[in-house]
Amino acid sequence: MARFNPENEALAQRIIARYPRPKSATIPLCHLAQEQDGWLTEDAMAHVAELVGCSPAEVLGTASFYEMFKLHPVGRYCLNVCTNISCQLLGGEELLHHAEETLGIRAGGTTPDGMITLEDVECIAACTEAPAVQANYRYFHQVSPDDLDGLIEGLRTGALADEVPDHGTLGLVRQDLPVDRLANVSPPEDQGVPPWIARHEAAAAAGAGEGA
Amino acid sequence: MTDADTTTTTTSATAEVPRIVSSRFDAEGGHTLDGYRSTGSYSGYEGLRAALDMAPGAVTGFVKDATLLGRGGAGFPAGVKWGFCPPGVWPRYIVVNGDESEPGTYKDRLLMERDPHQLIEGCLIAAYAIGAAEVFLYVRGEMPHAQERIAAALNEAYDANLVGRNILGTDFSVDIVLTWGAGAYIVGEETALIESLEGNRGMPRLKPPYFPAAKGLYLYPTVVNNVETLSNLPWLFTHGVDEYCAVGTESSPGTRLIALSGHVKRPGVYEVPQGTTTFRELFYDERYGGGIRDDNELKMFIPGGASAPWFFAEQLDLPLEGRPVGAAGSMLGSGAVVAMDHTTDAVRACLRLVRFFARESCGKCTPCREGTTWEEKILQRILDGHGRPSDLDLLLDVADNISPGPYPVAADPGQGLEAVPFPPRQTTICPLGPSSVAPITSAIRRFRHEFDAKITRRDSIPVTAETVAGVDEGASAHV
Repeated sequence: MARFNPENEALAQRIIARYPRPKSATIPLCHLAQEQDGWLTEDAMAHVAELVGCSPAEVLGTASFYEMFKLHPVGRYCLNVCTNISCQLLGGEELLHHAEETLGIRAGGTTPDGMITLEDVECIAACTEAPAVQANYRYFHQVSPDDLDGLIEGLRTGALADEVPDHGTLGLVRQDLPVDRLANVSPPEDQGVPPWIARHEAAAAAGAGEGA
Repeated sequence: MTDADTTTTTTSATAEVPRIVSSRFDAEGGHTLDGYRSTGSYSGYEGLRAALDMAPGAVTGFVKDATLLGRGGAGFPAGVKWGFCPPGVWPRYIVVNGDESEPGTYKDRLLMERDPHQLIEGCLIAAYAIGAAEVFLYVRGEMPHAQERIAAALNEAYDANLVGRNILGTDFSVDIVLTWGAGAYIVGEETALIESLEGNRGMPRLKPPYFPAAKGLYLYPTVVNNVETLSNLPWLFTHGVDEYCAVGTESSPGTRLIALSGHVKRPGVYEVPQGTTTFRELFYDERYGGGIRDDNELKMFIPGGASAPWFFAEQLDLPLEGRPVGAAGSMLGSGAVVAMDHTTDAVRACLRLVRFFARESCGKCTPCREGTTWEEKILQRILDGHGRPSDLDLLLDVADNISPGPYPVAADPGQGLEAVPFPPRQTTICPLGPSSVAPITSAIRRFRHEFDAKITRRDSIPVTAETVAGVDEGASAHV
């Protein structure tokens, strides 16, 4: 499967409707495709291009800029070890090396069973909880080498499946904003003075007129 | 097992210092609409009601009067920024920068996870003031928990007629759309953020225009504000300008969320009044850091994120305020303070910071794309023991090509509110490249001997007549 399934295509249309111009939905739709397939396939990018009205090359151009979009298959879980300054100071780099030994792969690689992709990542905004790790972007704070082994074990056995969804799935709660509920989305050319601004400007002009 | 809600948010409040943005961090259910109304240091959505009773221009004036400084890094007054929208040009957009990724910075994630309604109310007040057609809430891709909390809060707010059509029965209507990023530090730069929202590669735009308020999203006026900046608005509109200005200093009122990390005993996120707390208090006071770990000696510290030049023991008594920190040659930036004790290897720390900028350079400007890559290579070979005696001059020369002249340049306190010179001295479109220079100049100026020690190690490999003779002797003995 690579193109959107009917359910996701309908969701994609709802997402596109939230933006003044369809191309703005490129990144949200790439996320949706990655959630469906686990990585971003060429067919999915072609489908995104059809939906937002640009060429597949433009979608590839955008997607290839962002680290979270995987243009090749990755493990079911991405294990991201932060080694930036706050984590480095408290053993982040040693933790990454420990993970490399435990998993038998270098950072950037995927285990032969296709379960875990290990990444050496930049700051993930958990600096006071160093060293910090994410599994499919779910946070684990103040991780010791033993904790990390336990985390890897939990991912492999499925014990953490409820807390850590498969790669590609981000927020489990979505913004519920159907098209008929949108207040004021249209191409910028079609927008005018907002009503509350017009009312206050008219009132100010009337006040000035009375004053004069 | 995931640590969604277990972070030490040891924010400190005392009788004289109110919690302005962090009052619901530890409140049970503070992230829900009911919790937002019933807990914290003000009642939720009352600030919006107060703002809706004012004329939009008066709301902007109110924010100007409070001197609400941007909390994203540059410290620009928010009300002044709003006022840069050219009159009579419609539509206008608001983009909320929730792409927090400056190394050491950890505050916007907490604000989004623990008090999403506070941020939404802030967005609404700003949207009413400038007359926004739509608000885009751009949350970093790697933060699914924040995405969930904001999505749930927006769904509640739409159901309660607080967002959407005819908000609270008035003619004020606006949509707030949650958008996820996808992993790119540079998207925190406001024009890159706008490019990303247009569905493009997140590369900063050529300047001028310096402010997207003139030409932003789809080339229409756009205000880009940081999460913490907007999160200040509900308290401000509930309590008023006078109470707000009673906290902090005259030129920098209110509080800042400071993420204190590194080698301190009690790392945590603290809400501190601007300008009255010093770095020494932050590191050593029991209310905050509680001292350096193992009572070690402080070697250096970063006062405002990876982009900020380092400070040392002699700067400990500076207050946490943009202007004096800027005058001393660094910046308070995004409120990220990282303490490093005497066991820290300055070269290794410097390399890690520079590597970050090399990895995150978008590649648009040659001095940054090539320069940061070379900075990383040179530092790596020095650390690996393969450095050449000429490498430090080479490193400084590469740095000078990205950010010419003496850097950092201490801002003149008489010039205004900017904490760092604006626009900064740079050969690049945005400050990412010049930011990579900060750790290099900081480390080399202070710890040149540490670099030299690593470099001379290679030069001192003994190749003398004596050792050659010794080898010969051994060889002949073996035969």
